[in-house]
Amino acid sequence: MSGAVPWNEARAQEIIDAHLGLEGPGLPILHAIQEEFGYVPEAAVPQIAQALNISRAEMHGVVSFYHDFRREPAGRHVLKLCRAESCQSMGSEKIAKDFLERLKLEWGATTNDGSLTIEAVYCLGLCAHSPGALYDNEPVGRVDAEILDELAAEARNS
Amino acid sequence: MTKVYVPRDMAALAVGAKRVLAAIEKEAAARGETIQIVRNGSRGLLWLEPLVEVETPEGRIGYGNVKPSDVPSLFDAGFLKGGAHPLSIGKVDEHPYWAKQTRVTFERVGIIDPVDLDDYVAHGGGQGLAKAFEIGPAKVIEEVTKSGLRGRGGAGFPAGIKWKTVADAPADRRYVVTNADEGDSGTFADRMVMEGDPFVLIEGMTICGYAIGASKGFIYLRAEYPQCAEVLTEALEAAREAGWLGPNVRGSGFAFDIELRIGAGAYVCGEETSLLESLEGHRGIVRAKPPLPAHVGFMSRPTVVNNVLTLATAPAILAKGGEYYASFGVGRSRGTMPLQIAGNVKYGGLYETPFGLTLGEIVNDIGGGTLTGRPVRAVQCGGPLGAYVPPSLFDTPFDYEAFQKHDSLIGHGGLVVFDDTVDMAQMARFGMEFCAIESCGKCTPCRIGSTRGVETIDKIVEGVDVESNIELLSDLCHTMKFGSLCALGGFAPYPVESALRHYPEDFRKATLPAAAE
Repeated sequence: MSGAVPWNEARAQEIIDAHLGLEGPGLPILHAIQEEFGYVPEAAVPQIAQALNISRAEMHGVVSFYHDFRREPAGRHVLKLCRAESCQSMGSEKIAKDFLERLKLEWGATTNDGSLTIEAVYCLGLCAHSPGALYDNEPVGRVDAEILDELAAEARNS
Repeated sequence: MTKVYVPRDMAALAVGAKRVLAAIEKEAAARGETIQIVRNGSRGLLWLEPLVEVETPEGRIGYGNVKPSDVPSLFDAGFLKGGAHPLSIGKVDEHPYWAKQTRVTFERVGIIDPVDLDDYVAHGGGQGLAKAFEIGPAKVIEEVTKSGLRGRGGAGFPAGIKWKTVADAPADRRYVVTNADEGDSGTFADRMVMEGDPFVLIEGMTICGYAIGASKGFIYLRAEYPQCAEVLTEALEAAREAGWLGPNVRGSGFAFDIELRIGAGAYVCGEETSLLESLEGHRGIVRAKPPLPAHVGFMSRPTVVNNVLTLATAPAILAKGGEYYASFGVGRSRGTMPLQIAGNVKYGGLYETPFGLTLGEIVNDIGGGTLTGRPVRAVQCGGPLGAYVPPSLFDTPFDYEAFQKHDSLIGHGGLVVFDDTVDMAQMARFGMEFCAIESCGKCTPCRIGSTRGVETIDKIVEGVDVESNIELLSDLCHTMKFGSLCALGGFAPYPVESALRHYPEDFRKATLPAAAE
């Protein structure tokens, strides 16, 4: 993914402060933190909570509610495979299952070399080209075993 | 200079539009041809993507399913002058899939450069807002009401009545919120309009803001659409720069601005009250209604929450009149609906047409049946909370009321086609599983019911007390339908019940003699 930087409290504070003028700044702050550090570090939670004048528990509740906020860093690349109905109609479940078996991975896990994280997603709006996927935010349509193996190889080599 | 159109639509990119663009640029440079590339949206003939178009004096000529390796031969064939080539589909405007549509909301999508405001105006953009400023807020609401436009997100609530409720609610400030959290499988119309004609949404939101007395709008866009966020960001900047947004919109004295917000992967945030919670920075937990968002919405202020398509249709209604829009459609389903034909289908795409076509016409005549060539067994209409409809009901006209009669819904207009290899018990199980994954957890029927639903379907499939477990499942569906706070738990039973009703044999495989296979 993007070149995430190591955790830095002062930098996090700058990000938080830059968003405080917004109406309802919670999600924009979390997105910006994740964009910068690659995930939402545990240390960021009380820091954001304090800035928003809410409890740490409440902020934890927000972070954990949304599928997209990571609690730990992902692999160097992220592949999101769609599991919704339209993709199922084109055999996505078997394609994904076989692919995960080849890599000996479960949904949400990262390869041992840290190159690729594979996540489930429910609809990418590519439903006329099912099965769909997002590889580092680049859309991929008509996904099959060959395409997935190519992406995994590309991830390993970059 | 010859204009060459290569779509920047996410679906076109998913099948290689970027690589095709690079190949065209490289080949043009090598041959010393000067061309002007336009990154348009998609025409919606999605099975033909990447669809490259070339502007000629006779009209735009299209070349479908272009691969980078086809590009040299396209140049050899003189495609810059519309030359003949095996990939040519001729004039795109005359292609039957395009020519038979009635494009109102999608009038400019695929035609114009989505982030070029001059191109937008040259194709009729801005007339709706000009008309709105001319007739004043009350008359704007009257026109929208007269048009019969209903909320295109799925619920189908009359837009004019919602706008009037917000306009009449006493408040120090009001808001317009676009629900662009298009999470239903089989739907992509919101994405396509935002990527192909973002100014129409900006104009529609501005018209709404003017009508209800709001100076601030939000677009809540799902995180799964990164390309869409780029287009919207460019369009919002262009609109601000040109004075279409800001303290004095187009010199009218009306102040309005729009902020783009990105969701974080929660399906339930497509439910309006959950969306508002999320926008405020909270967990996307559904609010009990009443109070309605029209009275107590974003930051407890009266708020219009409308789907992208609803707001994007307002400019055309204002420009051409409410009666013009209402002249299309049937019964209480007025106007046009952008159908999204998806899944296992030959000619998948976006097809805008007045309400009233039958489901069979849509799936077989327009969609061309399944891509795999096998018989159609089921069509899921209206997303993961919509019913599975068998071919025996293909004479049902596509309108809100006709679908309701069969315990189905048209939702956001998405249709997902399945061939005869589908296991409907597994699809029913997925319906419950999806609800369990995405439930916000506030109400018990949805939170617990969905998990119990998965377990019960597993028992049925294994052949454990099949008939009594089916009865239990039906009872559970009833509880979820009538006991859930919002449409997630309330509608999740539709796919399950429809599968039970129309495909009972799929739930009894374990108890049937093996010979039946």
